[in-house]
Amino acid sequence: MSDKKKMEEKIMEHELVPKHELLTKEEALKVLRELGIHPEQLPWIRASDPVAKLLGAKPGDIIKIVRRSPTAGVSIAYRFVVVG
Amino acid sequence: MAESDKVIRGIKFGILSPEMIRKISVTAIVTPEVYDENGIPIEGGVMDPRLGVIEPGQRCATCGNTLAQCPGHFGHLELAKPVVHIGYVRHIFMLLKTTCHFCNRVKIPEEDVFRYRDLYRKLRDRWPQLASSLVEFVRQKASKALECPHCRARQFKIRLEKPATFIEEGGRGKLYPDVIKQWLSNIPNADLEILGVDPEVARPEWMVINVLPIPPIAVRPSIVLETGMRAEDDLTHKLVDIIRANEKLKEALNTGAPEIISEDLWELLQYHVMTYVDNELPGVPVAKRRSGMPLKTLSQRLKGKEGRFRGNLSGKRVDYSARTVISPDPNLDINEVGVPHEVAMTLTVPEYVTQWNLDKMREHVLNGPYKWPGANYVVDPSGRRLDLRYVKDLKALAESLKPGYIIERHLVDGDIVLFNRQPSLHKMSIMSHRVRVLPGKTFRLHLAVCPPYNADFDGDEMNLHIPQTVEARAEAEELLLVEKHILTPRYGGPIVGGIQDYISGGYLLTLKSTLLTKDQVSDLLATIDYSGEIPEPAILSPIEAWTGKQVFSLLLSEDFNFVGETRLSSGSLKCTSDECFWDTLLIVKKGKVLAGVIDKTVIGSQQPKSMMHYLIMEKGVKSGAEFMNKAFKLFLRYIEMVGFTMTLDNIKPEDRGMEEAAKVINDSYDEVRKLIDMYRAGQLEPVPGRTINETLEIRILDVLARARDDAGSSSIKHMSLTNPVYIMARTGARGGNLNITQMSVVVGQQSVRGERIWRGYRGRVLPHYKYEDLTPKARGFVESSFYRGLTPLEVFFHSAGGREGLVDTAVRTSQSGYMQRRLINALQDLYVEYDMSVRSLYGELVQFKYGEDSVDPKKTAFGKAVDIDRIVVKNVGWRMSI
Repeated sequence: MSDKKKMEEKIMEHELVPKHELLTKEEALKVLRELGIHPEQLPWIRASDPVAKLLGAKPGDIIKIVRRSPTAGVSIAYRFVVVG
Repeated sequence: MAESDKVIRGIKFGILSPEMIRKISVTAIVTPEVYDENGIPIEGGVMDPRLGVIEPGQRCATCGNTLAQCPGHFGHLELAKPVVHIGYVRHIFMLLKTTCHFCNRVKIPEEDVFRYRDLYRKLRDRWPQLASSLVEFVRQKASKALECPHCRARQFKIRLEKPATFIEEGGRGKLYPDVIKQWLSNIPNADLEILGVDPEVARPEWMVINVLPIPPIAVRPSIVLETGMRAEDDLTHKLVDIIRANEKLKEALNTGAPEIISEDLWELLQYHVMTYVDNELPGVPVAKRRSGMPLKTLSQRLKGKEGRFRGNLSGKRVDYSARTVISPDPNLDINEVGVPHEVAMTLTVPEYVTQWNLDKMREHVLNGPYKWPGANYVVDPSGRRLDLRYVKDLKALAESLKPGYIIERHLVDGDIVLFNRQPSLHKMSIMSHRVRVLPGKTFRLHLAVCPPYNADFDGDEMNLHIPQTVEARAEAEELLLVEKHILTPRYGGPIVGGIQDYISGGYLLTLKSTLLTKDQVSDLLATIDYSGEIPEPAILSPIEAWTGKQVFSLLLSEDFNFVGETRLSSGSLKCTSDECFWDTLLIVKKGKVLAGVIDKTVIGSQQPKSMMHYLIMEKGVKSGAEFMNKAFKLFLRYIEMVGFTMTLDNIKPEDRGMEEAAKVINDSYDEVRKLIDMYRAGQLEPVPGRTINETLEIRILDVLARARDDAGSSSIKHMSLTNPVYIMARTGARGGNLNITQMSVVVGQQSVRGERIWRGYRGRVLPHYKYEDLTPKARGFVESSFYRGLTPLEVFFHSAGGREGLVDTAVRTSQSGYMQRRLINALQDLYVEYDMSVRSLYGELVQFKYGEDSVDPKKTAFGKAVDIDRIVVKNVGWRMSI
């Protein structure tokens, strides 16, 4: 059990898990304005998602994901945290 | 507000209430009789004249309209006892489980009902998905309650016995439809809302039918057979069954028949109404016609590939289209399509008469509908359509033409049309072409556009569509023209390009040894309408002679440089510098081919990074298309001049090669024998993760495959460089080394499911072999070549292997077709916004940047912003060693 917990704390370090980052309210609003959408129109992530839990994300937050991409090098994506 | 001003903002589906059914009904249906003895429809029967006009010329008894105008009218049937609507069984089940059997309230405490309702209303508009999961949660919670929170009644378990019987375990037992209807009608509106039911349009008691709407006759027309007999529609038959069952039930109830009898009749009515809606219910016997054919009832009309949705709404048959067999025509341009006269005289293009085309249009009208290029219809400014087939005086009509008329004229050369071959798997499956009207009965297309359509000429048919508006024509010309699709977005390379003889022809023309006389050069240049100067001959004496490379170079622009290895540049013929004997390094400098030959990697279709690819990228698709038109005609003219064919002798193995090959094969037999001996002695080391048997098979397969390849190459290396079969294989025109090997040396191991063939008798494939004979020949190794011919046993093995290929193709196409359909349905409404993000129709973001880098593969240098290698070659070109 404690092993499992330890593993969960380490998932962010796994090479297949891209960099997740919790946005502040100002940053989030800026992103939404740039994209011209409501938050729920973003792809969703559950608050129970292991990474979201680690970040302490609450429903309504927006998470920024920076990942390596075979086509673009680095690509940025956003997730809207929902209940669940 | 005028009718045309109405805008549909949304569609809401609900359930018809009994009151509504009676309201829209024009008559009650009361008798199962349909026609009287004179064949006149009986009033109050299912063909009641008030339900709509049947025969042309009649006036509707209800609305007074004629056949064309009358929309048809519903009737209704009062059922003696209510029955469950089979389509709503699941909903009824849910409602029975979630509400109390005694007070019929939802089994949720009062205060929670309000809480959930407020929450539901809030979620409904912004997060429909969350709203539906809330509903799901409420349903779960309510159905779990053991005691009603409102009336404290103990709750029973409700069981659904398929297809439509509800049992209250420990309570009343079987719940009859009238009991269910009563129960459902007692559920208050407020409770329904949190259960996800909108009581405004779908009161649950409406799910139990006591009034059945009888659809208009237009929905179920009867057909008069040649014999004068009347054949009724399946729906009509079913309705008669329902009415008959209803009458019987009514009688039984009125005469006070025993309960068992009336219950059976009720059950029968339930069955008929059920199959009237859906005749493919699991566990329900299928209602059949007298012939044994299952009836096509309401659900069957809508469902599936031939149903109303996929068959008639998504897949309509369209006007202004034609379909016929295709055949090749190398004399066309790649943008063209050859259209038969007959088709050109049937399909029309509406053209507005203006003062500038007046004379032209007059000619069309004068020619009439039977002479090409004529016209089929004339629409005058008042909108009246004149059919030219019935116009006596075409001359007078032609004279009276003036601006404002519309002529529906025949197709003429240069018209833009859409051309399509199924299956339409990518956007290149529908492209627009320019018309070339030709004699004959087939559509003609250029061979270079076969790859995008995946067409060949073994009987393929294709469709032609004529855009009818200027907007559509402009769109077809600017977006769909073949030349705009030479490059495919799949991998960025040309998908339109040289195939088969174009490649052999290009190779033969540009061979180092090809020298052309002045006559030959003139002939070649004439086929491509060359009008410039003939270049200096490469050889001045004893006679003037030109190289093929010189002729080909005339098609290249002066500022084009290219260096690249050709397909031939491999093995012993590899060239890496310009001073190479084999001439397999293509060097183009300032539009002149200095060295190298043309083959598949230079002008072939589906060959990215080829010379032609760079030519198209740098000079544009228009000149790319022009280059292909001319180059391909040139190659074909040359291949015609020198002649190119193959004969049996071309695949006759050389004696030397054959000896080597025989030795290789025999050595492999020895090796296999050794493996088998080891296996029998139990000395074979298994490959990790495999059994001993599998190991043996894998190693034998490996040995034999290697033997075939080695035998093949030992024979191929003795082949003459002028052998046409060899030329085709090397240049990539057709066939490969494997095909040559099979034709002239050894066909090789035949396999089924990746294994050597072993099925048949016990321990052997055929009775000709010994029990458990594991030698190559007994398990499908064909050591003959097609040249020598196969033994009967070898033919058996070969056909077993060949059959697998056919089965595979058949299975694969159906599977990938379904996968394709699902993908298309899922992705069809996605689009790329101006900010390069991919969004759905509802504004949801699907991808933040198209392809994560927002790059169009057609317009990029293989994913990079700049292709430095190419820039260097483009500007310096020659003398760059690669």
